[in-house]
Amino acid sequence: MNEEPTNYGDVAEVAAGNKPSAAVVGTRPVRPDGVDKVTGRARFGADMQLPGSLVGMVFRSPHAHARLLKVDVSAALALPGVKAIVTAADLPEIPDDQAMDKGQPPDFRDMSANILAREKVLYEGHAIAAVAAIDELTARHAMTLIDVDYAVLPHVIDLHQAMEPDAPLLNDHNFTKGIKPVPKKPSNIASRYEQIHGDVVAGFAQADVIIEEEFSTQPVHQGYIEPHACLVNVRPSGRTDIWCSTQGQFMVRAYCARLLQIPLADLRVFPMEIGGGFGGKTTVYLEPLAILLSKKSGKPVRMEMSRADVFKATGPTSGSYIRMKIGARNDGTIVAAEGVLCYQAGAYPGSPVRLGCMTAFAPYNIPNIKLIGYDVLVNRPKSAAYRAPGAPMASFAAESLMDILAQQLDIDPLELRLRNAADNGTQTAYGVTFKNIGYRQTLEAARAHPHYNAPLGPDQGRGVASGFWFNIGGQSSAAVDINQDGSVLVTTGTPDIGGSRASMAMMAADVLGVGYEQIQVRIADTGSIAHSDLTGGSRVTFAVGMAVSQAASAMVEELRRRAALLWRVEVDQVSWMGGVARLMASGGSSSLSLTQIAASSAETGGPIAVEISLNAQGAGPGFATHICDVQLDKETGRVTVVRYTAIQDVGKAIHPSYVEGQMQGGAVQGIGWALNEAYLYDENGRLLNPGFLDYRVPVASDVPMIDTVLIEVPNPRHPFGVKGVGEVPIVPPLGAVANAVSRAAGTRLYDLPMSPTAIHKALKRAARRRS
Amino acid sequence: MTISIHASVNGEPCQFQCGTTDTLLKVLRENLQLTGTKQGCGTGDCGACSVIMNGELVCACLVLAVECGQADIRTVEGLSSAGQLHSLQQAFLDNAALQCGICTPGLLMASKALLDKHPQPDETQIRYWIAGNLCRCTGYDKIVRAIMGCVS
Repeated sequence: MNEEPTNYGDVAEVAAGNKPSAAVVGTRPVRPDGVDKVTGRARFGADMQLPGSLVGMVFRSPHAHARLLKVDVSAALALPGVKAIVTAADLPEIPDDQAMDKGQPPDFRDMSANILAREKVLYEGHAIAAVAAIDELTARHAMTLIDVDYAVLPHVIDLHQAMEPDAPLLNDHNFTKGIKPVPKKPSNIASRYEQIHGDVVAGFAQADVIIEEEFSTQPVHQGYIEPHACLVNVRPSGRTDIWCSTQGQFMVRAYCARLLQIPLADLRVFPMEIGGGFGGKTTVYLEPLAILLSKKSGKPVRMEMSRADVFKATGPTSGSYIRMKIGARNDGTIVAAEGVLCYQAGAYPGSPVRLGCMTAFAPYNIPNIKLIGYDVLVNRPKSAAYRAPGAPMASFAAESLMDILAQQLDIDPLELRLRNAADNGTQTAYGVTFKNIGYRQTLEAARAHPHYNAPLGPDQGRGVASGFWFNIGGQSSAAVDINQDGSVLVTTGTPDIGGSRASMAMMAADVLGVGYEQIQVRIADTGSIAHSDLTGGSRVTFAVGMAVSQAASAMVEELRRRAALLWRVEVDQVSWMGGVARLMASGGSSSLSLTQIAASSAETGGPIAVEISLNAQGAGPGFATHICDVQLDKETGRVTVVRYTAIQDVGKAIHPSYVEGQMQGGAVQGIGWALNEAYLYDENGRLLNPGFLDYRVPVASDVPMIDTVLIEVPNPRHPFGVKGVGEVPIVPPLGAVANAVSRAAGTRLYDLPMSPTAIHKALKRAARRRS
Repeated sequence: MTISIHASVNGEPCQFQCGTTDTLLKVLRENLQLTGTKQGCGTGDCGACSVIMNGELVCACLVLAVECGQADIRTVEGLSSAGQLHSLQQAFLDNAALQCGICTPGLLMASKALLDKHPQPDETQIRYWIAGNLCRCTGYDKIVRAIMGCVS
């Protein structure tokens, strides 16, 4: 080998010294699926049709909380054109002790009850039955014939009310987990989580300044533009094909198999292009219903949610109430932090409150931290993952406290963060010791950025905030095939939600030493590649990228072996560079191109193919610092974001445009969370704004260009240094916007969203206090 | 009741049968198999179904198919010609102006309608013109840049 040994960890062993050059990585080629997506040819969840397909539709509860006394579908079933109806009676019972695998979520018993209600409906929009009919009109008509008797129960939407001892109970058998001894009385508190690091009492005793405040955030929806959709065909043999929009085809297969007690091998899931997910497509809603309907009717069944259904019955992420306290010395050194975080789980347990506790103060080296988290049941849809689940709301509280502290101590907010910044070797409150992190660099880049030093106009305010996300690895598979003409096919099992085909092709190109255009990338169905965990957790470019790199490295070895066979020499006589095998004894003058080796594959053992499956470890934590300038209209309370800069340690940007895109998109989602978005309910627990008109996500005229700065502190555990990018960018915006608004307003805002009404009230309150 | 409608879709004469409650979006997607036009909300709030009808930008989910007699309808499938991408399509690719891509067809048609009417919009005009087209992935930055790059 004429290459230097590498220090790239696990992959280096497989690569056997082939350190990937970065000819393609770091450039900005057009994505492989780009032309299909700009010409309307790409097929998304609702774009598949099969002849004779039925239309599936879900009948949903109009009540927030009710006992189901009777569900009679006979009249609907008798309607001509109705081919099948399913209710919870068609779902296998899942005993309590088999609800979870190895005690880990998801809870399949809850999931089963969520996709079709048993005994009780727990939120408006809760599915009760599903109908398959020959067309949409017939299905709609059938819905009107489903006869349900409800005993309407008192409901609870509000987080604080849900935690009261006399609150209406969603589940009479819910005894708070995480409290010893187990409470004797049921409540809506599903679990209590405690994170203790150091000794907060001793910590606060050292503090010169202590600040304690309360914060709240509202549930917000992931807001993907593509509603959930699927097409399912159960064949007479029982073999079932599913085409759907999902963040994980293997997840859909596993969940459907588990919920319906079907062998995995009978289900084949074809991932369509996915029109956004942001965590919201990491579970199943429609697919199991479509399987049941297709099985009963003997025909393919297509289902598509309406936008109102998406709002009422999927996602959102938790609303929260947070009380938090921070103590510091006069020089700004933070000595302790303490808090209680209450997150709405929705109708079933499982809010990301634990992740909120873990991430809140992760950017800082604080010796004493105590955070208590409560997961609280309310009559709202079961919360689902949303981009950095649990982190933005906790970060909003922590970063607001940092800003208040900076103001009280009269220290520049970036300087305050620099004085407390986590570094390599910092022991986090949740247990991990940081390595190879680039948080401090984001602060320094922020301080040096022209934005931070630009003058502010009248009624403008500038806020900064930082954020953290773990990033994850996980099970990933990748195959590399060489076609007979020397072109390369890379296959993975993880949906491409934001350009990952491009990054996979780029990494493969550099490991193989071939051109980007020579590589095609395919996202395979569950029958065509080994298991892969879903797209989420900012894991794909890291973990699947590792599988692709390893597969490409193994392919290089295979190509050297094939060339050695053609030359009839030992493999160590063959080097590989620039996509070409060279015979070392010839001084490199004898060479075989990839195309030549491919053309002779029949003589050297047949098709040239490699598949790698791994469980990637060593994800690199991600940090970001955002700067936000707002303009405040003090008369109306309206806020306009006038300038925004997102700075992030990305490890290594494989395709910088898509990395910037993640940062820009996350920032704007965070701006929406901070300023506009909220679930609004009436007194009956019915959602008032289940549409994009009244649930207003940011539109193009709401936001400025989002400037980005990419810091690259490589992750040594990845062949190219990748850390994971997608989730961190939604963590800082809530704090950054709130800090900017608070500084512009001259009074602190503690509750999101900071709508014009809320700001107007805060301004009036502040004026009263002053007078 | 089924009604027969004659229209022009992407420059080709076209006849389809539709019910009185069918939308143009349904006809495009189901009758004509032109699934490039997407449904994101069905209520005219997201712009994913933007098409150009008789020179005007419309949401196909808000147009009844029976209104389309003799209409000239342009969808994303007709944007490129003879294998040559429209400059907007190329600009969206070059600027990485799409992530998931579900809003892309609607944004392309909205942008085309903008440039047809106002060949030299500034950034603010662009942002207000496409304010009816939601994109949840990109934060709009690269979309606006792509359109600005096509200003003649």
